[in-house]
Amino acid sequence: MDVAQQAPAAPPLTALRTKHLLGIADLSAEEIVLVLETAEAMKEVGQRTIKKVPTLRGRTVINLFFEPSTRTRTSFEIAEKRLSADTLNVAIASSSVVKGETLVDTAMNLEAMSPSMIVLRHASSGACHLLARICKAGIVNAGDGMHEHPTQALLDAFTIRERKGRIAGLKIAIVGDLLHSRVLRSNVLLLTKLGAEVWVCAPRTLIPVGMKQMGVRVTTRVEEAVRDADVIMMLRIQLERMQGAYFPSQREYFTTFGMTEARVVLAKPDVIIMHPGPINRGVEIASEVADGKASVILDQVANGVAVRMAVLYLLAGGAAESADGAEKTS
Amino acid sequence: MAQKKLLKGGHVVDPATGRVGAFDVLIDGDRIAEVGKNLNANGAQVITLPSSVVVCPGFIDMHVHLREPGQEHKETVATGAAAAVAGGFTAVACMPNTRPVNDNAGVTKLILQKAAEAGLARVYPIGAVSRGQKGEELADIAELRDAGCVAVTDDGLPVATAILARRALEYTSMFDMPMIEHCEDQTLKADGCAHEGPVAAWLGLKGIPGVAEAITAGRDILLAEMTGGHVHIAHMSAWTTMEAVRQGKSRGAKVTCEVCPHHFTLTDDLLAAPIAYDTNAKMNPPLREARDRDAMIAGIVDGTVDVIATDHAPHHYDEKNVEFDRAPFGIVGLETAVSITIDKLVHTGLIGLPRMVELMSVNPARILRVAGGSLAPGAPADITILAPDLPVTIDRAKLISKSKNTPYHGWSFKGGVAGTIVGGKVVYSNPAVGVI
Amino acid sequence: MPVVMDAERISRALTRISHEILEHNRGLGDLALVGVRSRGVPIAQRLADDIKKITDTDVAVGALDITLYRDDLMGASVGVAPMVRKTEIPFSIDGRTIILVDDVLYTGRTTRAALDALTDFGRPTSIQLVVLVDRGHRELPIKADYVGKNVPTSRRESVQVRLRELDGVDEVLLQGKE
Repeated sequence: MDVAQQAPAAPPLTALRTKHLLGIADLSAEEIVLVLETAEAMKEVGQRTIKKVPTLRGRTVINLFFEPSTRTRTSFEIAEKRLSADTLNVAIASSSVVKGETLVDTAMNLEAMSPSMIVLRHASSGACHLLARICKAGIVNAGDGMHEHPTQALLDAFTIRERKGRIAGLKIAIVGDLLHSRVLRSNVLLLTKLGAEVWVCAPRTLIPVGMKQMGVRVTTRVEEAVRDADVIMMLRIQLERMQGAYFPSQREYFTTFGMTEARVVLAKPDVIIMHPGPINRGVEIASEVADGKASVILDQVANGVAVRMAVLYLLAGGAAESADGAEKTS
Repeated sequence: MAQKKLLKGGHVVDPATGRVGAFDVLIDGDRIAEVGKNLNANGAQVITLPSSVVVCPGFIDMHVHLREPGQEHKETVATGAAAAVAGGFTAVACMPNTRPVNDNAGVTKLILQKAAEAGLARVYPIGAVSRGQKGEELADIAELRDAGCVAVTDDGLPVATAILARRALEYTSMFDMPMIEHCEDQTLKADGCAHEGPVAAWLGLKGIPGVAEAITAGRDILLAEMTGGHVHIAHMSAWTTMEAVRQGKSRGAKVTCEVCPHHFTLTDDLLAAPIAYDTNAKMNPPLREARDRDAMIAGIVDGTVDVIATDHAPHHYDEKNVEFDRAPFGIVGLETAVSITIDKLVHTGLIGLPRMVELMSVNPARILRVAGGSLAPGAPADITILAPDLPVTIDRAKLISKSKNTPYHGWSFKGGVAGTIVGGKVVYSNPAVGVI
Repeated sequence: MPVVMDAERISRALTRISHEILEHNRGLGDLALVGVRSRGVPIAQRLADDIKKITDTDVAVGALDITLYRDDLMGASVGVAPMVRKTEIPFSIDGRTIILVDDVLYTGRTTRAALDALTDFGRPTSIQLVVLVDRGHRELPIKADYVGKNVPTSRRESVQVRLRELDGVDEVLLQGKE
């Protein structure tokens, strides 16, 4: 066998192409699957007694959060510590912004400490793209305005795969404030890339322009969305984002669009109920449904750490591909 | 002592007098003395031009923000006037949203004084419609007129209410002044920062629908019809607005309108790529969809559009280097308008040079009721000299304007400015062409 | 590419090693085998099978993924990055004799990583090392307790181990680089 003349088959993907995770829009289906498979190994680390590996030892990761968040920030922090990275939490209260320090200035000051990565959550869509242009550190988007929340979509996908074994071919219904939701955009991109049949449902006033062009089915009738669904994903009604007449009252929203037991039975018997949190009980979802047997909401939280470990590991440089593709043996 | 200059050999395009072709232009002092074939020099300084070069009445940009008084870090009257002549403009009309607002003779006179000191492009101030541009009471429009304003506007905002717009149109009609309107229903705009469409939806940006512009335009066109006043629709961007203007004109309303080069060349795709969330693609009204851009071109071709103006809106780099929704609206345009128009409208065969001269010289002069727009004897010697085949690549570092916020950095065009003459004086000569 | 070990030689070497393990450890005691992913794992399983044939006793087998413990991952180019997989050691390693099993011993860095990983799981009484091939060029003070075959190599060459469980065939090849 003459190996020198054999054209090598494309090696399976084992690294991400860039050092940033700005959105699902930049990931191929292959890269998404790579993150999910790596997250399985990371989940196992979380099940050990010593939940730590030395992989990112000596690397500094800064969690720069301009919007309050306990869940996502804690999840990232645990993920970073499990990889032995040094973490720094910078929480910018809105008063600092009022004082006049810009995002750019804040980031440049932090860059002076040579972080490997900056995990950014910000109220403005595109804030991560701005940082990626000016910082040397790798940027991880932990939620930018109404644009994307890629690690949420990845952990949602991980949870679905864990329960259903696959994503392709599943009917997935997403119900809630589509207009203002970054979780929606990331999930639609990811689930359509992996071949799911995605239905989205909201009052007309909360459906963004051009929704149909993204390869999803759109309906204003929640019964239609959840019929025979394998997965029901609820989005929060973002009361803090809304000024202005999107729907008359929370009570009416719950009656028309709330996820109640009566609506859940229209789905497949083994449907799973998901929610990125925090939940507005009695607004978008009934308590019985949020706490019921079909709910995987707490699994999502647990999986968040493993998925974020996978993202940080793959971005921090699992290693560049080398030209000859040889594997250095031990 | 009056100096005489003879521009010999260029290709004259002067639709106002009907002269298109090889003509010589004789300048005496600050006036055009004569235009004809093979004129005698008679002691005039002879400037021989190649036949490829185009000689036209000076271009007038009737929508420019000079930022002085109050925001001189972005631009001043002097730097703006220098950018104007480099862009081929012999005159500009500047907007009143300065700090303080130009709603009084004091600010108007300051602007005129600065322009005179610079001695480059002519500057025609435009005054505010309402005091402080607050949309409550009319400003002292007669005082503004006497001080030198040629029009009024609350640009940056629409005139706040229908009743105030009505009053403003009635009042300005006494002075035969146009009311220039930034059309945009503020409740539909809310805190939008991009065109409401699929691109903004996916980028997570709050949108401003095209009809927000058409709704205010419709209101003002009907009021102009009713009052007999003249409304000039500034920086049109939406196909629905173009329809409203077409219909208003067909009914005989006194409505004129302008389109900016970015609205007949760019679309909102630019917000996503090549630079995602590029604040140099953020202006108001925003870049819209292909249908809107094509409607702007159609209006330019069929005569619905009267003017090409730039809405030159300089902003400092630091102000634009922020998150998209926090960045101020606006791009510079004085130094790119001519190249874009020649390349995208003339060389493509959509319009001819005479129509371009109408859009950039004849009509602005007529609408603002100022001298210019023609090379007739006795007219001011304001002349724009074009090099329609000059290859031009936009480099923001080389812009003369104090601010560099343009989306056209790195773009190449065929066509540029050879030189600019104001009041008989050569105020700009392009070294890349070297003919004047 | 020259074949330095064919299927029969591999089989005989592993049988010999399983006898050596039993001999050095005076029987099974608290023995467990842990294969280093990827190819250490089927080798560990084969040793367990051999030991079962000899002593009629089951020996615990685990799989260790050392990717996250490598010292050459971050920044430096190592060729195609390996896929991270789960570690599966379904037993306690405290107080046991762990036989670490790998396919090739070269610089010793994988073994160092494996030792770090193992000690995060518990405190074995002792750790011994089995390798199918020792190709020399140690960069750390690591030695194998049991070696299938010593294959002297130059740094420009590489040793390719193929096992039927993963590659469909049993052979060890020596690949020279141009």
